[in-house]
Amino acid sequence: MKNNSGTTGSKKKKYVSEKKKDMRSAYLYIAPFFIVFAIIGLYPAIFSIFLAFQEWNGLGPMEYVGLRNFTIVLEDPLFWKSLYNTVIIGLMGTAPQLIVGIILAYFLNMAIIRFTNFFRVTIFMPYITSMVAVALVFGVFFSSNESALANYFIGLFGFDPISWKTSEWGAKIAISLMVFWRWVGYNTIIYLAGLQSIPKDVYEAATIDGASKVQQFFFITIPLLKPFIVLTVFMSTVGALQLFAEPTVFLGSSAFSRDEAMTVVMYLYRDAFNLGSFGTASATAVLLLIIIVGAAAINTWLTSGAGRKKKKGV
Amino acid sequence: MKKKNSVKKGTIPIYIVLGFASLASLFPFYWMFVMATRPSAAYNSIPPAMLPGTKLVENFQKVLDTIPFFQAMWNTILLCTGVTILVLLISSLAGFAFAKFDFPGKTFFFIAILLTMVIPPQLGLIPQYYMISQLGWLDTLMGAGVLFLLNPLGIFLMRQYISESVPDELMEAAKLDGCTNFRIYWSIVLPIIKPAFATLGIIVFTLVWGEFLWQFTVLRDPSSYTLQVALASLNTAFRVDFGMLLSGVFWATVPLIIIFLMFNRLFISSITDGAVK
Repeated sequence: MKNNSGTTGSKKKKYVSEKKKDMRSAYLYIAPFFIVFAIIGLYPAIFSIFLAFQEWNGLGPMEYVGLRNFTIVLEDPLFWKSLYNTVIIGLMGTAPQLIVGIILAYFLNMAIIRFTNFFRVTIFMPYITSMVAVALVFGVFFSSNESALANYFIGLFGFDPISWKTSEWGAKIAISLMVFWRWVGYNTIIYLAGLQSIPKDVYEAATIDGASKVQQFFFITIPLLKPFIVLTVFMSTVGALQLFAEPTVFLGSSAFSRDEAMTVVMYLYRDAFNLGSFGTASATAVLLLIIIVGAAAINTWLTSGAGRKKKKGV
Repeated sequence: MKKKNSVKKGTIPIYIVLGFASLASLFPFYWMFVMATRPSAAYNSIPPAMLPGTKLVENFQKVLDTIPFFQAMWNTILLCTGVTILVLLISSLAGFAFAKFDFPGKTFFFIAILLTMVIPPQLGLIPQYYMISQLGWLDTLMGAGVLFLLNPLGIFLMRQYISESVPDELMEAAKLDGCTNFRIYWSIVLPIIKPAFATLGIIVFTLVWGEFLWQFTVLRDPSSYTLQVALASLNTAFRVDFGMLLSGVFWATVPLIIIFLMFNRLFISSITDGAVK
């Protein structure tokens, strides 16, 4: 370094080397993250895409098979069933959350309501339990037993007992409910943060102009909450497409042998670790990536598009 | 609602809605406790058992006979603590670099971190599993933990916090006194960003505590089980003893509930800090 700065004065030399030192420090400090990322993030992702075009059982040699893995997966009715299950459970588990979350947050944000901290803490509490714990508790609640507590409750309303773990809609409803229960408080907290960021004088002005509380909710609260709604819809969509722990643990020993609640990630896992077919499992992983990116893009497009249309209408 | 006068009349329906939401949130916790204290047969009683029974110790004894519960608890604590410390160090170092230094490629690297957040964790699952097995790290906490070291969100939080709370003047003064950059990080930045460490620490700790797919994939030997894997294994028997099952879940959840009730403000603010940026 000394050679490089050659003829310049000593003051300048010191400045240059200081700057270089800073640069060196900066690269050094971001290096751990990028080394970790290269080894356990980027390399496996690229390797997965490569594997999607190979036939491989994890032990023997790989064989290039072109698009055959994709054909096998796309022609497998179980893949489509698992995608259908994932979408249905995703919709039933997350869409009501967003609506209930906004309503709860709105109530919690009202100045006249007392004990809000108690309500906030209790409504948030399900989120701290692990997905496995939730699935096990709900698994007993929704056991296929005729005397399961869930069956007792629906019996009070005159319904016949349901075999929750082995029926098409029973399994989906039970899993959607546990997703709903665990995440609704999380979304409420995010919406509450959003509501608290809306300045109070907006409402005061609206009240003076004679807007009712309901009008204020739909014409002030919802539009100003939009960034937060976009965020939660995005996170819920991506999360729902990755559903694995809840159905796997809920169904227990029959998780990979029945199809009522098999999700895409379960399908992938079953291919790789139960059937030893790493190639088709990798093809599924690539398809899942495409689905997630596609869903996220549609999501962004819809939420921004819907907002624009509304503005034009008003 | 003790002081009835202070509750305005028109707000009663709102209290009913909020009360119902609280009840629905708490009921599974309570019911889990009830079932953990009753014999499995209580499950079949009509009307259902809603009050605690006497089998609290007996059920837990059965859990201990079936899975290495305390070993799994210890493994989980080691795993979460180790990962959390490493993620805090990696994120704060990189966050410090992005907040306080100029270097060629800074924008490129920052966008690269953004992109890493978009890759779904399942994409690399099979190669990751293969790598871990080649390293001989299956059934080890190293194998279970290494994946969680990748935490781009941490860098965002740290960069944000450091650029807001560490004054440039302080850094310049320290440099004039001859501090090296690492010395500045260690003695000046770290003490200032303790609150951000608490936030990110809670996010990472609870994430690792509750994650299932990866731990389920690499931990197959019962002695290496973490709590989640051990609990899930309780449910795979042909005839599941519900009292025992929920006793296991109950005792695995109690520590978390206690920590949550002690630090609930921190937990709740970590959600908004982590998501809303």
